[in-house]
Amino acid sequence: MIRANGLSVSYGAVQALRDVTFTAETGTITAVLGANGAGKTTLLRTISGLVTPRSGTVSLDETTLTGERPEDIVRRGVGHVPEGRGVIAEFTVEENLRLGAMISPMSLRDGLNQQYEWFPVLGERRKQAAATLSGGERQMLAMARALIAQPTVLLLDEPSLGLAPLVTAQLMHTVSELCTTTGLTVILVEQNAKSALRIASRAVVLYLGRVVADDTAAVVAQDDQLRQYYLGMVKQ
Amino acid sequence: MSSVLTSRNVADVLGGITNGVIYSLVALSLVLVWRSTRILNFAQGAMAMIAAYIGFAVLAPSTNYWVSMAVAIIAGLALGGLTERVIVRGLYGKPEINPVVAMVGFLLVLESVAAAIWSTTSRGLPTPFSIVDWQINHKPVALSPFALYEIVTAVVVMTVIALLFQFTKLGLKLRAAALAPEVSRLLGVRVGRMLTLGWMLSSGVGAVTAVLVASNYFTGLTPTTMDGVFAFGFIAAAIGGLDSPVGALVSGVSLGIILQFVGDYLNSNDIILVALGMLIVSLMVRPNGVFTRSAQRRV
Repeated sequence: MIRANGLSVSYGAVQALRDVTFTAETGTITAVLGANGAGKTTLLRTISGLVTPRSGTVSLDETTLTGERPEDIVRRGVGHVPEGRGVIAEFTVEENLRLGAMISPMSLRDGLNQQYEWFPVLGERRKQAAATLSGGERQMLAMARALIAQPTVLLLDEPSLGLAPLVTAQLMHTVSELCTTTGLTVILVEQNAKSALRIASRAVVLYLGRVVADDTAAVVAQDDQLRQYYLGMVKQ
Repeated sequence: MSSVLTSRNVADVLGGITNGVIYSLVALSLVLVWRSTRILNFAQGAMAMIAAYIGFAVLAPSTNYWVSMAVAIIAGLALGGLTERVIVRGLYGKPEINPVVAMVGFLLVLESVAAAIWSTTSRGLPTPFSIVDWQINHKPVALSPFALYEIVTAVVVMTVIALLFQFTKLGLKLRAAALAPEVSRLLGVRVGRMLTLGWMLSSGVGAVTAVLVASNYFTGLTPTTMDGVFAFGFIAAAIGGLDSPVGALVSGVSLGIILQFVGDYLNSNDIILVALGMLIVSLMVRPNGVFTRSAQRRV
């Protein structure tokens, strides 16, 4: 279980998060939704230690993560796939994965085999530079690179950004399967609320840095007011 | 065969390679730091000079050459690490002019300190091999055992660096920290340590270079020993591409050979003009360097 408790973050005079509290239960997908500038990315960056909160804490089970460095937080089992994927374009697919595997308790060979099984296209392109991959393949690589470290929590920032609907659907399916089969806890930041709510069990809606809804995905999906005012989803 | 080896052109090529590998090592030092921290280390030559002084001047003149070389390398590694921690770390993320000014200032400080401690008088360093050219049929070949030692040392250093970066976990982390520091932190890489290590490696390579340069009978060791060599190494790095270790190697050797021909067929005073001309043309045609490549999408 990972919990954010009263997180507030400011960038100078701009307050990006205001007293954000929520819990992501073990083995579930929690969608964090909201419009541009709602504070979704800042929330993930705060959890993984890239941003220091002005107040509040993040805890993983009984351990407080706040104040630790990103390189230590990832060793505690919190993987972060950043916005824009963050694959190292100059590296081959396998070099990207080897980098992710350095803190893994699993052997490199087993880790690579596991990722190639989950994402077969990466196995086919293992010697290819990441710069030559398509957007969907890059997203798979970014996820595989985080997963090869065997995290217990995965933070996914806008995985569908710039991807075709079909590719997005495949990715969401993969995330859902990973969660079911490995017991992974996923915090999924998405602007594509529809796709995220389809696979999430819980949803947190942010608006200008505040939590305006924290409920089951089904309830959020049915709430016309939330859909219309905060998620930009037109009632059908 | 012997007439070919003793011909004027072959002599220029061999002399050019001997000078060129030194430029390549300087360029490699600059590339190592540039790739990891996006800082042009204008004090690189002066740092290398200090390491050479520590290796040879601090220890008794009778000290074994190889022990002194090892001490110089260790001093270079330490000076590189210390420089990154004390001076450079505070410059990350600052305007581009700040590190330039800081490193030029550091260069002047190091040269002044060296002059104050060891004076500006040139010190001849012992050479482990003869500097007299080999001869074939009583005709000199423009290659001495010491020149061959310089070439072999440069090749060994570059090979070790290349193997380290390409085939080891440490090399992967060094490259990742340089290319994508934030992502690397998210993958558990201790980026600060990698940057320090990058500076240490660069400075270690610089120390080897300074010892080779100062061991040359005609140069000796002075506080400004590395200034000229640094200028040509810098030009080689800029032509090859500051991101490209291969570029550093190829352009350094190429520059050495071209300048040797210029000195022989034109005038030795024209060497710096030609080098600067090559730099200007290269920056106009390939601003990012001849060996900087762009990836092609392949599906």
